[in-house]
Amino acid sequence: MHTIYQFVSGPLAWIAFILFAGGCIYRVAALLHTVYQKERFIFSYMSWRHSLNSIFHWIIPFASVNSRKHPVMTVVTFVFHISLILVPIFLLSHIVLWDEAWNITWPALPDGLADVMTVLVILSCVFFLARRIVLPEVKYVTSASDYVILAIVAAPFITGFYAYHQWPGYSFVMILHILAGEIMLIAIPFSRLRHMLFSVFTRAYMGSEFGGVRHARDW
Amino acid sequence: MGDPAVQNDAAVEAKVVDEGIDRGVEALTPERIESVINQVFEKETGARLQAYVETCVHCGLCSEACHFYLSNDKDPKFSPVGKVKQTIWEMVKRKGRVDADFIRNAVEVAHTQCNLCKRCAMYCPFGIDIAYLMLVVRRICHKLGVTPLYIQDTVNSHSVTMNQMWVKEDEWIDTLQWQEEEGRDEIPDLRIPVEKEGADIMYSVIAPEPKFQAGLIYQAAVLMNVAGMNWTMPATPGWDNSDMAMYTGDNEIMARVKRSHFETARRLRVNKIVMGECGHAFRSIYDMGNRQLGWKMPPIPVQHAIDFYDELLREGKIRIARKFEKSVTLHDPCNIVRGRGLHEKSRSVVRAMCDNFIEMHPNREHNYCCAAGGGVINCGPPYKQKRMAGNRVKAEQLAATKAEVLIAPCHNCHSGLEDIIHHYKLDMEVKFILDILYECMEKPE
Repeated sequence: MHTIYQFVSGPLAWIAFILFAGGCIYRVAALLHTVYQKERFIFSYMSWRHSLNSIFHWIIPFASVNSRKHPVMTVVTFVFHISLILVPIFLLSHIVLWDEAWNITWPALPDGLADVMTVLVILSCVFFLARRIVLPEVKYVTSASDYVILAIVAAPFITGFYAYHQWPGYSFVMILHILAGEIMLIAIPFSRLRHMLFSVFTRAYMGSEFGGVRHARDW
Repeated sequence: MGDPAVQNDAAVEAKVVDEGIDRGVEALTPERIESVINQVFEKETGARLQAYVETCVHCGLCSEACHFYLSNDKDPKFSPVGKVKQTIWEMVKRKGRVDADFIRNAVEVAHTQCNLCKRCAMYCPFGIDIAYLMLVVRRICHKLGVTPLYIQDTVNSHSVTMNQMWVKEDEWIDTLQWQEEEGRDEIPDLRIPVEKEGADIMYSVIAPEPKFQAGLIYQAAVLMNVAGMNWTMPATPGWDNSDMAMYTGDNEIMARVKRSHFETARRLRVNKIVMGECGHAFRSIYDMGNRQLGWKMPPIPVQHAIDFYDELLREGKIRIARKFEKSVTLHDPCNIVRGRGLHEKSRSVVRAMCDNFIEMHPNREHNYCCAAGGGVINCGPPYKQKRMAGNRVKAEQLAATKAEVLIAPCHNCHSGLEDIIHHYKLDMEVKFILDILYECMEKPE
């Protein structure tokens, strides 16, 4: 058990972080390179003002018409994404690992709050799963990969929650937790989770077209 | 797990007779389909298509943007992303190895179940441009020689005559002179100046105006004369601003048509092009045709009728003699509202003319589409029933206003809404802004 732990938290973690960072940089660079090669005109329409205007209207809850039309989905989505990003970065036990390995540290979330946020992420995943199964317009466009992606996202939080509470067999679950986290990191640039990288660009482009050419709101 | 992209029962049920598609599909071979799709993917698309396909998280939040989806009892096949699933996703996933039946369904989805109105682009959290994706499908179908017959005929007309309706050169000039003559009964010194080099304005219309709505040219001439504009209309091909090639994915003909229009304006050395109340033509001149020709923005300033009327009223060049009495509501056409933000200007014009203006809801950028634009009405009678069934929400939206008159400042919207009103038995009259402006403006005695 100990050697497996050493392996997943050592070399595998290195691989995961390298693939994550490298993959993200590669994806964005490749996207911009393709734009440059094949649709260079896009750059000439891009506007910072309109891009940011559009992005802000979509990253503020209820600032867009569609987010007001689906209040439950909006609340869940925002809670989910905020927790999903904050918990792994600001969890005390994660920061301790950074401190031990690199001697760097930053303020942590209170453990109780992180625990609640973890549960919220898991519940959000259940909500998204239910949406995929229940709502016909979502079900129709759902493929197997959508369930896999959902599982990849939920896994680190379910295992993390289990391990944190030190329920029976938690040291094994801890290994699963690390593995799940690594899989998710790697999946970001290499699956549809890359909307984390691309959505900023698609939103900015649409905002620029609507703001600069169409003189209309896109939210 | 989702349903398969092509449901056989639905495909059979939806099958209509359209020679353009039927004959085109018969001539397809798997090799040709594969090579054309990949040619378009490799040579004509790039990061946008890739990012749109890879970024979509299949959330379905675009669904309620679409009038086809809402009107067809929320059938997921009609949601924007549902249409992408039936077309582009499969083409990408199977690397172009799709069969003729798939193409048959794809052409029907892209041409007759989407108006390219871009309302869904405002509902997608990521701003994925589904109208663009549908245009890529149409482009692929065009290159495969599978395009609905009626709209293909208009493209053929563009190609041969540089206008949409097979209007011959002498018929065009004759129509202008005929309307000038008619107009002189009302305003004795009225002119429709043809080929006046150095005029300030080139006024351009779509070919259906001389073909069967010549009264609109008459009204525009009265407006121009009363306002004292220095204007002209060309006598040569290039007078038509319409563009159905833009909607069939025939980008080469789109470019030819727009080049001819811009060059005609340049030849007449006008300062700007003012165009009649048409939406798609505006999209072609202002957004798509110019880009195909390599112009970021139109090479000559282009002013839509709404903007022009607003300017004339604000500057006092046109005065309202008496207000229009009937209650009116206003439709916001996609191509000039989501396409150019003219919604406040159209309201200021309508308010200047009408005392009893009732908003329909939703409105402005969020207005429901007419279901006619984007070339859908131009696909002709075979699809009319689907078009009517596909826009029940519009009928409900219109009925809720209880207005007597519906102002639709776009040709496609105008025709499509007339169909809707007829089909759903609404008691409403459709008018262009110019119909009312002409009626209410001050004219010399």
